[in-house]
Amino acid sequence: MSRFLLPLIPVAVALIFWGMAAAERRAVGNVAHLGFFRRNGAALSVYLLGAVGLWILLLIVLPQLYMVEFSFRPRLPPSEMGGPKDAYTLANYSYLIFGRPGDPEGYNKLHLGIFLRTIVASIFVTMLNFAICYPIAFFMAKVAKGGQMRLMVLALIVPFWVNEILRAFAFRILFSSSGVFNTLLLASGLVDAPVDFLRSDIALYAGLSYAYLLLMIFPLYNAIEAMDSNQIEAARDLGAPWWHIHLFVVMPYAKPGIAAGCTMVFMLTAGALAAPQVLGGPSSLWFTQVVYNWFYQAFNWNLGAAYAFALLIACIIFVMVVLRLFKVSLGEIAR
Amino acid sequence: MTSKGIFRFFIGFYLLLFFGYLFGPLLIMGATAFNNSSYPQLWPWEGGTLDWFVKLANDQAMLRGIGNSLLVGLGVICLAVPIGLAGAIVMTQIYWRARGLYYLVVVSPLLTPGVIIGISTVLFWRQLLGADHPLYSGYFMTILGQATFISAYCMLIFLSRLQRFDRAQEEAALDLGASNLQFFWQVLLPFLRPAVFSAAVLAFLSSFENYNTTTFTILARTTLTTELAGRVRQGSNPSLSALALLIITITLIGAILYEIYKRREDRREKDRAAVAAAAEAEGEPAIIAA
Repeated sequence: MSRFLLPLIPVAVALIFWGMAAAERRAVGNVAHLGFFRRNGAALSVYLLGAVGLWILLLIVLPQLYMVEFSFRPRLPPSEMGGPKDAYTLANYSYLIFGRPGDPEGYNKLHLGIFLRTIVASIFVTMLNFAICYPIAFFMAKVAKGGQMRLMVLALIVPFWVNEILRAFAFRILFSSSGVFNTLLLASGLVDAPVDFLRSDIALYAGLSYAYLLLMIFPLYNAIEAMDSNQIEAARDLGAPWWHIHLFVVMPYAKPGIAAGCTMVFMLTAGALAAPQVLGGPSSLWFTQVVYNWFYQAFNWNLGAAYAFALLIACIIFVMVVLRLFKVSLGEIAR
Repeated sequence: MTSKGIFRFFIGFYLLLFFGYLFGPLLIMGATAFNNSSYPQLWPWEGGTLDWFVKLANDQAMLRGIGNSLLVGLGVICLAVPIGLAGAIVMTQIYWRARGLYYLVVVSPLLTPGVIIGISTVLFWRQLLGADHPLYSGYFMTILGQATFISAYCMLIFLSRLQRFDRAQEEAALDLGASNLQFFWQVLLPFLRPAVFSAAVLAFLSSFENYNTTTFTILARTTLTTELAGRVRQGSNPSLSALALLIITITLIGAILYEIYKRREDRREKDRAAVAAAAEAEGEPAIIAA
């Protein structure tokens, strides 16, 4: 039943705004201000509303709503769908937290552990990414000259058009037991036997921080670039040491950029699938891999949807907390 | 050495390290494509060979994957560029109270993990169409899933260009008797042409390299990335390095061509502005002088 009511939610929101706009126009009584249809003409209006409407309804909002709805229903054979057993339940979520009913552990140690590890490791990768990218972004924004700058942008972009799988594959070649690092380590006599970088997840973290460098650099660059260089000059003239300038002058100014970069890198890292599949150790999974396995190995799509939604919620909560800590609004980020 | 000199030295060293990190793995991978050993490695070097490229050219599954990727990429361009354009135009006209929410909704696919976009697309359309419907196919689902977030990229490109559009041009065109459609085709679209081109290129490339969404939406078929993922997980061989090298080369050429195109476009725009400014200084309408 509610399955048929879901589409009404976004339509109702749109209608409310429509009504508000109409009321406001009447109240102001501004004749020169054309309405949407008069301004664009019939054909264009149909194209604009049609394209945007289909995009928002059929591609963005409804699929997400259905995924959430789906995650609250039990997995049933087709014959029982719509039957008495087809009722909303929290079973999928309680499985993530408590495991199978009657489990002696009392909670789902394996999946919760993977979930936590994914979040914590993503935070670590995000911070590492920031540390790597900040000097580069600052250099690009304040030191590099025109031609040098364009060359750097090009050099930054090119590696990121190589697809994610091949990038991860490159790190696998570097870190495998007969790879470049192990060859160097063995030849220099630092170790006697090859180091298993894959099992220890070093390869995974290196590959993950490589994967989204670009998305950290550009927001940082935009924020620092907009800053008046005189502020840095003034701080320097007043005798501030270089790390003071960065910590107390540049970084506070670039806060929205820092928040934007960290948000994107965190979301993408936590949601990464390619790098963990290629570089992850055999014994440790990334949470997205668990979701993938529910879908394509256990074929339990309801449970998979619940896991996916839990990940999404965790990411959103994390981002909200970070924004609150940085005292940045969502609107500032999106610019 | 002065303190400034030391500082310079450190910056140079850091840049070197950074770009080494950026390109080192790719270069090493590229080099392994020429090593005559069955595992992709640089050392021991077992002699140079081009066999891996030949193997790649005869790899039917891989070629099929590339074909599917191209097809999906074209489909995504056809869907995402018009949607992105409409999204950007609506953004400039939408009722101000609704703008914040609208922006949040249309940008949200960029922040949603690709895995979740893939899952929700498949779930929704399977429910809507039924699992046996001919449209519930890997191609169609992948195009829809990818277009969900690629449209948002396109919209951002159009928006940044539209911000420089002078609304007086719209009023002038309409005052001079142009219909809304004529204004759209003959004023707005020509102005947006560079953005259309950028959006199409970006849409194709993002589609071509996407994995997270595609692996859920492609169903029974494969694209290049899902085929590659399967290979890499099974164990690896240097024909993958050969493929990577080819992709890097093509991308590099494409990036350079794009850079040249963009510079020419910039220069043309500067010339045009200069002509207009000169004409205005002489007190004549710019159109006649140009």
